[in-house]
Amino acid sequence: MKIDEKARYTRSHEWVRQEGTLWTYGITDHAQESLSDIVYVELPGVGEPFKQGAALGALESVKAASDLLMPVSGTVREVNEDVASSPEVINSDPFNQGWLLKFEPENPGDWETLLSPADYEALCASEGE
Amino acid sequence: MRLEPEPLIFEMSSPGRRAYTLPELDVPAAALPEGYTREEVNLPEVSELEFVRHYTHLSQKNYSIDTHFYPLGSCTMKYNPRVNEKAATIEGLTQVHPLQPQETVQGSLELMYNLQEALKEISGFAGVSLQPAAGAHGEFTGVLMMRAYHASRGDTKRTKMLIPDSAHGTNPATSAMSGFSVVQIPSDRRGNVDLEALRRECDDSVVGLMLTNPNTLGLFEEHVLEVCEAVHACGGLMYGDGANLNALLGVARPGDLGFDVMHFNLHKTFTTPHGGGGPGSGPVGAGPRLLPFLPGPVVVQEEGQYRLQAPEQSIGRLKAFYGNYGMFLRAYTYIRMMGPDGLRQVAEDAVLNANYLKALVTPYFSLAIDRSCMHEFVVHGDIPAAGVRALDVSKRLIDYGVHPPTNYFPLIVHDALMIEPTETESKEMLEQFAEIMRQIAEEAGRDPELLRSAPHVTPVFRLDEVRAARNPVLCYKG
Amino acid sequence: MAYLPATHENRRAMLEKIGAPSVEALFSDVPSAYRFPPLKLPKAVSEMEILDELYGLALKNKSTGCFATFLGAGAYNHFVPSAIPALTSRGEFLTAYTPYQPEVSQGTLQAIFEYQSMAAELTGMEVVNASHYDGATAMAEAALMAINVSNGKRHKVLVAPSIHPQYRQVLRTYLPGRQAQVIGDEDPSASLEDLLARLDGDTACLIVQNPTFFGDLLPVEGLAERVHAAGALLVVVAVPVISLGLLVPPGRYGADIVVAEGQPLGAGLNFGGPYLGIFATRDSYVRKMPGRLVGETVDTEGRRGFVLTLTTREQHIRREKATSNICTNQGLVALTAAMYMAYMGKAGLRAVAELCYHKAHYAAAEISQLAGYRVLNPGNFFNEFVVACPRPVAEINAALLEKGILGGYDLEQDYPQARNQMLVCLTEMNSRQQIDRLVAALKTLAEVKP
Repeated sequence: MKIDEKARYTRSHEWVRQEGTLWTYGITDHAQESLSDIVYVELPGVGEPFKQGAALGALESVKAASDLLMPVSGTVREVNEDVASSPEVINSDPFNQGWLLKFEPENPGDWETLLSPADYEALCASEGE
Repeated sequence: MRLEPEPLIFEMSSPGRRAYTLPELDVPAAALPEGYTREEVNLPEVSELEFVRHYTHLSQKNYSIDTHFYPLGSCTMKYNPRVNEKAATIEGLTQVHPLQPQETVQGSLELMYNLQEALKEISGFAGVSLQPAAGAHGEFTGVLMMRAYHASRGDTKRTKMLIPDSAHGTNPATSAMSGFSVVQIPSDRRGNVDLEALRRECDDSVVGLMLTNPNTLGLFEEHVLEVCEAVHACGGLMYGDGANLNALLGVARPGDLGFDVMHFNLHKTFTTPHGGGGPGSGPVGAGPRLLPFLPGPVVVQEEGQYRLQAPEQSIGRLKAFYGNYGMFLRAYTYIRMMGPDGLRQVAEDAVLNANYLKALVTPYFSLAIDRSCMHEFVVHGDIPAAGVRALDVSKRLIDYGVHPPTNYFPLIVHDALMIEPTETESKEMLEQFAEIMRQIAEEAGRDPELLRSAPHVTPVFRLDEVRAARNPVLCYKG
Repeated sequence: MAYLPATHENRRAMLEKIGAPSVEALFSDVPSAYRFPPLKLPKAVSEMEILDELYGLALKNKSTGCFATFLGAGAYNHFVPSAIPALTSRGEFLTAYTPYQPEVSQGTLQAIFEYQSMAAELTGMEVVNASHYDGATAMAEAALMAINVSNGKRHKVLVAPSIHPQYRQVLRTYLPGRQAQVIGDEDPSASLEDLLARLDGDTACLIVQNPTFFGDLLPVEGLAERVHAAGALLVVVAVPVISLGLLVPPGRYGADIVVAEGQPLGAGLNFGGPYLGIFATRDSYVRKMPGRLVGETVDTEGRRGFVLTLTTREQHIRREKATSNICTNQGLVALTAAMYMAYMGKAGLRAVAELCYHKAHYAAAEISQLAGYRVLNPGNFFNEFVVACPRPVAEINAALLEKGILGGYDLEQDYPQARNQMLVCLTEMNSRQQIDRLVAALKTLAEVKP
């Protein structure tokens, strides 16, 4: 399982990276692996606000669909158009090319509510048991 | 099974070729409506022989009940009697317009009335409407009736539908379509509804509970009376999913057990053919409380005359006209051919066959829940030591000329294989199937790749479903 | 017992293997107070006897074969070529389940792919699903889809009063679970212009039938543009579907969803079912579409094959978030429709549509010359038209019946203001001689004082 040391994580297997005032968001290597081949991505429109925990879109494989959850409250500022046409990059490169969207957090202090890389690894290990 | 690739009908087309004949125009031609007419409809052009061969060849690429053992769990793939098909083609009963004056369709209405009465007697309900066209349509009907019942009492705070985790996906989908939220109730270790968990959810926001009994593990709900009582005690209603009614014919009547409403699957229990995906027929039975809400029209009888009538507080129509009538002809024929003793024998033999097959198969594949089963049972279809999944076992069964059981359902069992032999299979067929399962288990140890690459005897091998979903091609583009 | 292969000896041996003392013991989980209720049903009969009973019931009916039939209104009396039932009744099609195992279902899958392709061509749309229960339920699902396309933010379904009354009833039955309301048909004389004036930011879709329930051809120029300008979808009910052999299909004038009743495509009348809900839309909406879809792909050897695809929309995966609860559909009737379209082909479908059109116009011209009768359609029509009669339609129909004529639909049943108005339907099955008989009978009935 790959992990990005610069990112923070959610219990629902998404990652967030701070890049200036915007935070970049995607799903983890662990998540892409358990979903298997992703065939479709449903992303929100730019400018849409979401509360923490709200479903902002979904990923689909052939036999499963998984909601994408907003890690902290904020407003979508940019979506990755490339993943819509080539969802396979989420499988091959979830932390970089496979990013899903950038949002502006309502409260940048919420960063501290997210899991550290070590805590996330521990979570995955415990779920694997 | 036919292995040669069959071209698409479009690829067989030759300009100017035709199969059809029509009478000549015998009235003066009218001017066509200017500005309203289209360019030609680009349909294929083939001769009748090409047409017949094309569809005959396609048919030969299917497994079916008529050609192969088909132990597809919860689908009740029993023999579909030929006389049913004859019944459904009797001209006097089928070449009938749904809006003809009712005095000219007394035969059809009498048959529908008789079928309603038979289904009432079999299920213990006070009334039956034949309108719904399939099981999920029947579920939708039943849930809308529950909604209407609560609304008629001004009881509008009920928004929560309770659904066991072993339920078919149509149950939650139906609840959502009806505007209700879904609360999943876990199963206990014996595969029953977890009574404690159920009681915790029972409050005045409960619309009702949707229960499949026997459930999708093939098990009779041991606490069915307690479940009904708990739901009724909080003002909720009991929905019965009749998908597995085959096991209960003459054995128990859901209406007697406390269910308020239930759908039948004429295409499972009552031998109307599945047709490669439909048409089905999903009549709904209702107990006294929900009777006035049945969808209309239903057939009533007065002084030997039959007529169509909407129940007083009917939720309305679920489809145009009266339901999948062609299926009524088949199901009625079957019920008359079997009679009351025959129907009970059906349930007994279905359950006996399932338990016998379970005994034969469990040395090689472990049971999800070790209990005496009803009409079907669920095993774990994987062989972890060999790195073989239930899907691989399923696909290998195809090589032996058997249609795979239902796999990966119910969701609460990992690598589930749900096996329903039905009563119309012989003891010898069951033994043959068990022997095939033994051989496959043995092959898994010796040569797991043989299973992972199966099937090997079909016109196509495993198909690239990822490609189909990523770049959908849903239509011939020429 | 019919169809049951188990012998007494078989049952005894099976019980022994299971280790159960009796068959009854297998049912010990069933509460004993309710176990083995006697069923008060007529005793079993033989095949010979049940067929006798069914033939007896058939004698209590008068089938369309006994009449010259002029009744349509949503179910149409068309000719079914013999090759079609001969093939749909093959056991390999008839007794297969939904094609979840594609390797052993290529026959059904390819046939449904061909159905989707031909129905898309017929409606002028881009994608067609593997079917709904009938035209009415397809229309209700179209409304639900339109609400979903708006992400539940639009709540009004605007319907024309000239849509089949039963279709509108089914729509109203389907909607209580959504916070949505059906409007537009309160005034039965509301025009298309009146409806368009009601479009607003809360309208999910406008639904029109074309040809209308009264047979009229709808003026569609600019219609879709106006609906889209309000951010709503245009849903067209293409009933009767044979009209699409002749008329501009809804896909060409901007419809977002097209639904139709596929019964005329080889399915026969069958007293109202099983019929076929045709459901078509645009590629951009495919993820919001209900129902099964078959797609083309390749196998591990690179060979073309077909699978059920985009299944994450469906109930068995999405459960409460599915686009619809539909599971079993009308597969065999979709196969029948595919066969009908392939059999009739490019020229045949057009020929049937033209026969319907010409015969209807001949009949309308003849009837409109009768004293006391008037054809009310304001402009052009396809194969159905409305006749104002000098007496109640029920009386006329009763008299026609005695002359072996099944008259048209009595519109007053659904439209109280349509007193003495009959919806007359013509198909290729009506010979000139039948039409002349109808005209003569109507003439006599106008002369007889009630």
